[in-house]
Amino acid sequence: MASIKIPTPLRAYTGGQSEVQVSGAHVGEVLNDLTTQFPELRQHLFSDDKLRDFVNVFIGEEDIRFLDGLDTEVGASDKLRIIPSIAGG
Amino acid sequence: MNLVLSPDLRHIIHAHVEGTYPNEGGGFLVGTLSGDQRVVTEVHPVQNVFASEEQFHRFLAEDGTFQRIEDEADTRGLTLVGYFHSHPNSPAVPSEFDRVHAWPHFAYLIVSVQNSHAVETRLWELVDDRSRFNEANLTIKE
Repeated sequence: MASIKIPTPLRAYTGGQSEVQVSGAHVGEVLNDLTTQFPELRQHLFSDDKLRDFVNVFIGEEDIRFLDGLDTEVGASDKLRIIPSIAGG
Repeated sequence: MNLVLSPDLRHIIHAHVEGTYPNEGGGFLVGTLSGDQRVVTEVHPVQNVFASEEQFHRFLAEDGTFQRIEDEADTRGLTLVGYFHSHPNSPAVPSEFDRVHAWPHFAYLIVSVQNSHAVETRLWELVDDRSRFNEANLTIKE
């Protein structure tokens, strides 16, 4: 089963877990599984079912935006990570 | 949320954002987390990589810094508790841009800088439904 690392600010919604086991053949399915396990995460990751602009998802060292986005395939042993863009104004 | 910051660490933050004036500056806050209480033990200023002509009112942390500082904190049993940034010539109050880009359960320290001097430092926290910030309790002490 693949795993996904949760950024510190969102660990309040995963019971403090920094890493969660997730299932799915594609990144979109993995994120759906994650937000099914922890529904409060969804509003912080998605807006109108699209990944928010300042939410970055990596498989290993690769940003999925430079792969196939939410259609990027996920292997059983892949390690994913959510990395927020930190911005202010 | 309560955040404790020492005068020395506040000085590091103020020196950084006074140095980036009239542009925005920022960085990360690492420390300990216990319930609603956060104690900052380290300050990590980072480069502002927003388009240079917009840096007078925008801040974007350099790519890779979030994961590096988070990993280092996790490894050492510490927590990435929040981040700071400056508002040059503006109050230490979150903007709409801040709200849209903010994360809950993360300490947002904003420093107002006027004429190269940090004049006010306030702490904010995004509410769970992302609709607004609430001001949080900042304590300056050793």
